[in-house]
Amino acid sequence: MINIKYFLKGFFCIKTVNSPAIALFASFIAIGALFKSIGLNIQESIFSTFLTYALPGSLIMAESLIVGASLLNIFLAVWLVNARLYPMTVSLFPLLSHKSQPKLKYYLACHFVAVSAWLIMKENYKSVERKYRLDYWIGVGAANVSVAVSATAFGFFIADYLNQDMMIGLAIVNPVYFTCVMVGAMTNIQMSLAVMLGSVFGILFYFISPEWCILFGGFTAGTLAFFIGELNGN
Amino acid sequence: MAINVLLAILATSLATYISRFFGVVTSKKVKEISKIFKWFNCLAYSTLSALLARIIIFPAGALAEADYFIRFIVIFICLIVFLISKKNFVYPTVLSALLLTFLNSSF
Repeated sequence: MINIKYFLKGFFCIKTVNSPAIALFASFIAIGALFKSIGLNIQESIFSTFLTYALPGSLIMAESLIVGASLLNIFLAVWLVNARLYPMTVSLFPLLSHKSQPKLKYYLACHFVAVSAWLIMKENYKSVERKYRLDYWIGVGAANVSVAVSATAFGFFIADYLNQDMMIGLAIVNPVYFTCVMVGAMTNIQMSLAVMLGSVFGILFYFISPEWCILFGGFTAGTLAFFIGELNGN
Repeated sequence: MAINVLLAILATSLATYISRFFGVVTSKKVKEISKIFKWFNCLAYSTLSALLARIIIFPAGALAEADYFIRFIVIFICLIVFLISKKNFVYPTVLSALLLTFLNSSF
């Protein structure tokens, strides 16, 4: 079912210098501590990270629980903020497809689509034989989820020892890591424009609708970047 | 707490999985070398960038308590460190937590 050799190869990508492990660990420590402070128990905290495995969604859930939002509200807010996973999946899975892999495996493997694993895969897919890319991807995803789950548990247990300044310090690690990754990804006109316009339009649309700004801003910026890049030979 | 935590967790994970699921469904028709694929690649990076800008400029949670100006200084210094360290990811990420904790407790 899974080629162990490629699974392990993907799994141990987490050890490389460019790995998101530190950023992932720091931000999920903060999530674990936050979960404890709003009254979740350890099982619920681990269960939440394992099942959701997408940071902004978990943050929204935690905030919604604090203000007592309805289930439908939580569902819609999380869907909106995590809808970015849709273009991410569409821009990754064609690279992983191979006729020898069972269809069900793709639907299970897509659970691992989150920024951290996605970026590792985007960087490494060319070095992996096409037939085994899905197994490699499952390895990468499993490693990232393991880091996230352990960090959540760790954060839950050390919550009482973290003061507010430390929590703020932990919260910046992930944005800084991804800012660096985005700057690193600006290798041609299209990518550079996608990244720069994305941040500009994301903010502009915030003034129109804070809920929809990521989707509208991302869509406008990505489409503009695509067309300008095409006109200028990428 | 007004609603059941377990149901909230399930709603959150379902809302997250939906985008991944439809991503797989759509991706079956998308060829790696097509224009559509390139367009989606742009969309993926720009939406991530939009999310990032929102987190940094209009943060939710703990980050909102750090001053606007301090957040910018930290991001700016870390980016410089990233660029002069030949794109090493470890230095800026570790530095960011220490720097923000220090600056926030000092000012």
